[in-house]
Amino acid sequence: MTKITLTVNGTRYTRDVEPRTLLVHFLREQLNLTGTHIGCDTSQCGACVVHLNGVSVKSCTTLAVQCDGAEITTIEGLAPEGTLHPLQEAFWELHGLQCGYCTPGMIMSAADLLAKNPHPTPSEIRHGLEGNLCRCTGYENIVRAVSSAAEKMGSPDA
Amino acid sequence: MTTESDLKPRYVGQSMKRREDPQLITGRGTYLDDIKLPAMLHVALVRSPYAHAQITAIDARRALNRRGVVAVFTGQDMLDINPLPCAWQAGRVTNHVNTPRALAVDTVRHVGEPVAMVLAEDRYVARDAADMVDVSYEPLPAVVDARDAIQPGAPQLHANAPNNIVMEWEAGDRAKTDAAFAQAEVVVAEPIINQRLIPTPMETRGTVARYDAATGEFTVWMTSQAPHVMRLLLTAFVFGIPETKLRCISPHIGGGFGQKIFCYNDMAFTMWAARKLGRPVKFVEERSENYRASTHGRDHITDAELCGRRDGTITGLRVKTHANLGAYLSTIAPGIPTTLYGRIITGVYAIPAAYCHVTGVYTNTAMVDAYRGAGRPEASYLIERMVDRFAAEIGMDPAEVRRKNFIQPDQFPYENGLGLLPYDSGNYAPALDKALEMVGYADFRALQAEARTQGRYVGLGISSYVEICGVAPSAWIGLAGEGWGAGLFESANVRVHLTGKVVVTTGSLPHGQGLETTFAQIVADELGVPYADVEIEWGDTQGTPFGYGTYGSRSLTVGGTAIKKSLDKIKAKAKRLAAHMLEANADDIEFADGKAFVRGAPAQAKTLAEIALQASVAYSLPEGMEPFLDETSYYDPPNCTFPFGTHIGIVEVDPETGHVDLQRYIAVDDCGNLINPLVVEGQIHGGIVQGIAQALYEQAIYDTNGQLLTGTLLDYAIPTAAMAPHIETAHTITPSPVNPLGVKGAGEAGTIGAAQCVMNAIIDALAPLGVKHMQMPATPERVWKAIHKEL
Repeated sequence: MTKITLTVNGTRYTRDVEPRTLLVHFLREQLNLTGTHIGCDTSQCGACVVHLNGVSVKSCTTLAVQCDGAEITTIEGLAPEGTLHPLQEAFWELHGLQCGYCTPGMIMSAADLLAKNPHPTPSEIRHGLEGNLCRCTGYENIVRAVSSAAEKMGSPDA
Repeated sequence: MTTESDLKPRYVGQSMKRREDPQLITGRGTYLDDIKLPAMLHVALVRSPYAHAQITAIDARRALNRRGVVAVFTGQDMLDINPLPCAWQAGRVTNHVNTPRALAVDTVRHVGEPVAMVLAEDRYVARDAADMVDVSYEPLPAVVDARDAIQPGAPQLHANAPNNIVMEWEAGDRAKTDAAFAQAEVVVAEPIINQRLIPTPMETRGTVARYDAATGEFTVWMTSQAPHVMRLLLTAFVFGIPETKLRCISPHIGGGFGQKIFCYNDMAFTMWAARKLGRPVKFVEERSENYRASTHGRDHITDAELCGRRDGTITGLRVKTHANLGAYLSTIAPGIPTTLYGRIITGVYAIPAAYCHVTGVYTNTAMVDAYRGAGRPEASYLIERMVDRFAAEIGMDPAEVRRKNFIQPDQFPYENGLGLLPYDSGNYAPALDKALEMVGYADFRALQAEARTQGRYVGLGISSYVEICGVAPSAWIGLAGEGWGAGLFESANVRVHLTGKVVVTTGSLPHGQGLETTFAQIVADELGVPYADVEIEWGDTQGTPFGYGTYGSRSLTVGGTAIKKSLDKIKAKAKRLAAHMLEANADDIEFADGKAFVRGAPAQAKTLAEIALQASVAYSLPEGMEPFLDETSYYDPPNCTFPFGTHIGIVEVDPETGHVDLQRYIAVDDCGNLINPLVVEGQIHGGIVQGIAQALYEQAIYDTNGQLLTGTLLDYAIPTAAMAPHIETAHTITPSPVNPLGVKGAGEAGTIGAAQCVMNAIIDALAPLGVKHMQMPATPERVWKAIHKEL
C-alpha cells in the first residue's frame, strides 16, 4: 500500500492505495464519486475523463499514485453545488445526452476543449471530442451543445 | 364554453428539455456498477479461449489459495438450475433449441463462453485469481460462417441440430413468385450480406444479486430493458422458484439497443452464488467481455432477386437468407430473422409476388439477437439496395422507380402478402418529395455530371423505408402464431394522491429515450395538472405493474397508450365523484383543464386536487364507489404501427484511396404524432449514426478458428464525432389509427433508414466505373477494390 494525498473537487483526501489502483477505481470505490464511468478496457471511450491539474485525462489509464499531490476535478465538482456549468446547461437545453453514461466524460472533455479553444468551429468540436464515444446521440446535439456553451461562456455577461 | 376538444395541449408537442437530465449531467445517476452492498463479493470469469472445445479438467486450487478469494464455481456446481430459456422460437416451424447454461458444462461453443466464476472480496483480486484457474481443453474444429456450417462434414455444435440448422422458415407465396420471375422482362440478382454488428451500449452489462435466506427472496439489480420478463424467465424457467421470490430492479441503464433485453447467464450465476454464499454478488462485464459474450446483431447472408418490367414496375421479390444465430439461441433470437424480417422484405412497395426463405444456423460465435431495428434494418437494406440495382439496370431514376411502386395512400390498411398484419397508415410520396426538395435533387444530377467531368465521384443515395413498431397484438404474435412465448401488451398504473400529485408507474423501461419526460407531458395535459406534479416511476418489479419492457420502439405506442387508458379511467371516476360533490348528474359533468364542472357552469368547478382529496378522505363518496383515484390498465394494441420515411445521403468517393466522404445526410421521418419533437429528433440522430456506422465502419469479424478479431474498441470501429456527419431532419406526420395518441414509434427508424442510404450513394458515385453492388462496410480498402474490380 502507498499513501497518497490529493485534492478532489476541492476536498483534500489522504488514502492508502495499492500502487496498481487506477484513478477511476480510486474515485469510484474509495471516494464514492461514481459520476466518472468506465465504458471500455482499452482507453477508447472517454467515459472516465476527469481533470488532473486542470487538464483532461482518462482516469482509466492513470494510476492513483500518479495523482499524489494533484488536484482532480470530476463531473461532480465541475460546478459549485446547486449550480450548473454552462456545458451542463447546454447539454440539458439542447438534448446533448440520452442514456447519460458517456455524458460526464464528454462534458469534462468539452470543458478542456473550450479552455484551449474558446470558439471552436463544429468541425473543431468533432475532432476535439474524438477521445469520447457516444452511442446514443449521433453527436449532433453534443456538437450543438458545445457550440452553444462556447457562445455563452464567451459572451461578456457570462 | 370550454370543452375538452377546444383546449390546446400545453405540453404535448412541445420540445421540453428532459426531466431525466439534472441527475445525469451532474454525475448523480445510479448505474449498475455504482451499486455497492455491504459484504458484496466481486465476480471475475474464466472464459473459453477456444471457439469449440471439450473441457477436460478445471483446477481451481491455485485461485482458491489467493488471499481474498472466497469461492470458485463451475458449470458442474450449477446443474441444479436449468439452462436459460428461448422465449421466441420461429412461428409454426420446428426449432432445434439449444440455450446456454449459467456456466459451460463439458463443452464450450464460442470464444468467451464462461467456464468458471471466481468470487473475491475485491475486483482486482477476483481478476488476479481468474488467471489462476487452470482449465484443460480438448479443442474441436470450429465453424463461424452460416453457409459453411450447413455443409456436409461441417463441425457439429449440437446433437439435436443436424447440419447446425436451427430452423427453416418461409413467408409469402413461392409458386406465385416463381411465376412472376418466369414471366419477368428484367431480373436483377445480388448477394446481400448484412454483416455482424456489436451493439455497444456505452455501459456494458452487469448484475448485482442479493439473497435473503430468511425469506428465500432474491433482489437482483440488472442492466435490463425488461426486468419483469427477466423475473419471469429466471424464476419459472431457470430456478424453478415462485415468481414472487425474485425482485428485479433496473437502475439507470447506459444504453441498450437491444443487447440488454435478454436473459443472460450472469443473471443466473450471480443469483446462484449469492444464495450459495449468503452474500451479495456483483458482476460487471469488461468491454472485451461484452464483445465476446453478450449478443451481437444482424449477420445475414442473402441471395436476393428482384424482377420487374422495363417501365419500372416491380413484379416480384425472391429472397433466401442464412441467418447466423451464434452458438446458442439467445432469448428472442429466432423471431428476429423471421417475423421481424421475412414479413416486411417488400418494404414500402406494392410488390404483387414475394417469397422469403430463412435458414437459422448455429455457428461457433457469440449469440445473435435483436440489435436496434432487429430484422427490419436487414429487410430495408435488402429491398432498397435491390430497388436501386433494378433502377440502374433499366436506366430509370431511382426516385421515380420508388414513386412508381409505392403503396398508395388509398391502399391502407395494406396487406403485403407476407403474413404481416396490415400496414396501419402511410403516405410515402410526401416524405420522398420533401427529402428530394431538401437535398436539391432537381439540380443534383447536373452537379454530379459536372463533378464527373472533373474526375470527382459524387453520388446520391435514396432510402425509403417502412418498419414495424409496437409489435402486437398478443393474439397474433403469440405462441400459436408468430411463436412469441408470451403476450406483448403494456401496463400502467395512475394514482392521484390526496395532495393532487399524480404518480404513474409503467411497465416500460426507459434507458435514454426520455420516456419520463414524454409520459409526463401526456399525463399533465390529459389531467390538466402542472407538469411538475407528475411523477413517473419505472424499473422495479416491486411497485410497477407487469410489463414487457422497452424495445422494438413500443414504449410510447403501447406503454404510452396504457397510460392514456388509465388516465381515461381516472377522469371518468373523477367526473362521477365531482357529480356527487356538486350534487349533479354525472352525465352533465365535463372534465377540462384539470377541473370537473357541470356543463355550462364552469365557475362551480371542482379541481382534480379537490376531487382526489375527497376520494382519499373518503367520508362522502357516491354509493358503491371505492376510495382513491387509482387505475391500472393493460393495453394490447389491435395492430403494430408502421413508421416510414425517406433518407437521402450525398457522398464523394476518392478513387485513389477509396475513402468515402459523407457530405450531407437528410432524414424525413414519419413516426406519427410527435409528443416531444426534441426527444424524437435525438432518437432519429442516434439511430441514423448507428446505420451509417454499419455502412461505413463496423463489422464483427471472426477468423476461421472462431477468434473474434474485433474484440475491443480498438478494433471495432464505432464512430467518433468526427466520423459522424451533420444530420438534417424533417418530418411528415401521418397519425397512426392504431392508438389514441396517433403515434408510431421513433427509436429504431434512423437505423432502419440509414445503411442503404449511404451504400446507394456510394454505388451511385461509382456507377461510371461499372460498380453495381458492394458489401458493407464500405471501408476504403473495399471501395478501392470495387473500383479496381478486385471484389
